[in-house]
Amino acid sequence: MNSTIAMITFRSMLGRRRALLLFVLPGVLLILSLVLRLTDTNDLDVDTSVLQKFALGAVLPLLALIAGTGVIGPEIDDGQIMYILTKPIPRQVVVLTKLVVAIVLVTLFAAVPTLLAGLILGAPAGLTPAFAVGVLVGGVAYASVFVALGVMSRNAVTIGLLYALVWEGLFGNFAPGAKKASILQWALSVTDSLTDASTVHSAVGLTTALVLLVIVTLGATALATVRLRSLTVASAE
Amino acid sequence: MNVSTIHDIGYRHYEGKRLGRAYVTRSIFVHNLRAAYGLGRPARAKVMPFVLAGIMLLPAVGDIAVVAIAKRPEALFPYTRYQFMLQLIISIFVATQAPVLASREIRFHTVPLYFSRPVVHLDLVLAKLAAFTTALFALTAIPITVLYVGGLVTQVPDSGTQLLHYLGGLLACLLLSLVLGAIGLLVAAFTPRRGFGVAAVIAVLLVSSVLVSVVQEITQHAGHWTLSGWLGLLTPYSLVDAVAYRLLGGKLPDIAVPGVGGGFAALGVCAVIVAGAVVVLYSRFRKAGLS
Repeated sequence: MNSTIAMITFRSMLGRRRALLLFVLPGVLLILSLVLRLTDTNDLDVDTSVLQKFALGAVLPLLALIAGTGVIGPEIDDGQIMYILTKPIPRQVVVLTKLVVAIVLVTLFAAVPTLLAGLILGAPAGLTPAFAVGVLVGGVAYASVFVALGVMSRNAVTIGLLYALVWEGLFGNFAPGAKKASILQWALSVTDSLTDASTVHSAVGLTTALVLLVIVTLGATALATVRLRSLTVASAE
Repeated sequence: MNVSTIHDIGYRHYEGKRLGRAYVTRSIFVHNLRAAYGLGRPARAKVMPFVLAGIMLLPAVGDIAVVAIAKRPEALFPYTRYQFMLQLIISIFVATQAPVLASREIRFHTVPLYFSRPVVHLDLVLAKLAAFTTALFALTAIPITVLYVGGLVTQVPDSGTQLLHYLGGLLACLLLSLVLGAIGLLVAAFTPRRGFGVAAVIAVLLVSSVLVSVVQEITQHAGHWTLSGWLGLLTPYSLVDAVAYRLLGGKLPDIAVPGVGGGFAALGVCAVIVAGAVVVLYSRFRKAGLS
C-alpha cells in the first residue's frame, strides 16, 4: 500500500462529475427499494428479485467494471502511469494499491447500498446480510479481474462488458457450463449458503465457489503485477 | 488606404471555388461513419466493432441453418424481435462506439477547429447523429436481411407476408438506431474521460432495461398488466418493440402497451428522445466550440 497513490486514485475516481456515475447506480437501487416498501408491494419473491437481479446482477458488475478499469486504465492510456512507474515503488505495491482503492469503491457503492436496500425492504430469512456478503465477495473478485484487464488491454471496458453481460448473462442462461464459470454464480453461491430462503439458487457448490473465487482473485492480481512489470506505453490514438 | 498591404507579401490568393457548408457537413458525416467502425484508424480500433457485428450475425446464420436442414420454417426468427433478442450486443456496440464519435473531440479540445469552417453547430450535431444512426442501422439491419434472404432461399411459405414483416423489421431497426444513437451520443458527450463514456452509456442502457424488467415483473405479480405494458416505454428496446408490434405488424412481445394509441404514444416518446438529445447535444457542442 502506498498512501499517495491511493489518494491520487481516489481523487481521480471521485473528482467532479465522475462521482455522479458512481452515485447514480446505487441511488436507483435505493429508490426502487424505497418505492417498493412504501407501496407495500414487496414479499420474499420481490425482495430476492430486486437484490439478485438488480443489486447483484446489474449494479455490482457495472460498478466493479467502472472502479476496476477506472483506477488504472485511463492513467495507462494517457501515459500518466509513467510518473508512478519511474518512482522506486515495487510494481506489486502499485497494483495492490489500485486494487484496494477499487475494492473500497465497490464496497462503498455496491455492498453498502445492497445492505441498505435489504434493510429498507425489510427482507426476510436473512436475505439482507447474505446478499451484502455475496456482493462484497463478488466485488473483490470482479475488481481484481477488471484491474488485471485494465492493465492488459486498452479495450478493457468492452472486454469486461462482454464477459459480464454476454458470458455470464446471456450464455449463462442456456449453457450450464458457462454458468459454472461465472463470478456472479460464485457470489450467489456464497449468498445461498448464508440464507435459508428458498428463492435463491446457485449453480455452483459453496466449496468450489470459494476456492475458485480465491484462485481468480489471486491469479488476476498476480497477472496484473506481471503485466505491469513489462508495460509498453503506446501513444494516444 | 489599404491597411493590409504591409502583410501582402506577394503570395498568390486562392480564387477557385470554395466547397461550402453542405460539403463540410457531408465530410463530417462520412468521417464519423467510418470512425464508428474504426475505418481509417489503427487495427486496435477495428477489432471491437467488427467482432460485435460478427456476433450479431451468428444467430441469424445459425437460424437459417436450422430452417434449411431441419426443414422447419416456423423456426425462423421474427424480424422485429431480432434486435430485442440481441439487445445486449447492440448496447455494447453503442457503448463502445458512442464515445468514439462524441467524446474524443471534446476530450482533446478540438471542437473549435470544426467551427473555423463554414459549418454551424446544428450541422455538426446532426451529421454525427446521422452517422451513428447509419452505423447502428447497418449493425441491426444486415442480420435481418440475412434472415430474409435465407428465408427466400429455403423457400419459407407466405413470401408476401414475409416481405411485409421484413420491411416492418427494417423500419423498427431504423427507429431503434435513431433512439439508441441519440441516447448514446448524449451520454458520451458529457463523459469525455476515456473509459467512463463506455461505462456511462452501458449503465444508462442496462440499468434502465433491468430496472424496467424487475418493476414489470413486480407489477404483473400484483396483477397490473396495463401498467406493466406502459412501463415498457421507459427502456429503448421495449419502446421500439411496442412501436413495432402496434404499428408495424411485428410479433407479439411478452408484454406491450395497449392498443394502437399505445403504439403512437411509444412513437411520440421516441420523437421526444431524439429531439431532446439533439437540443442538448447542440448546446453541448456550442459550449465546447468556444475557447
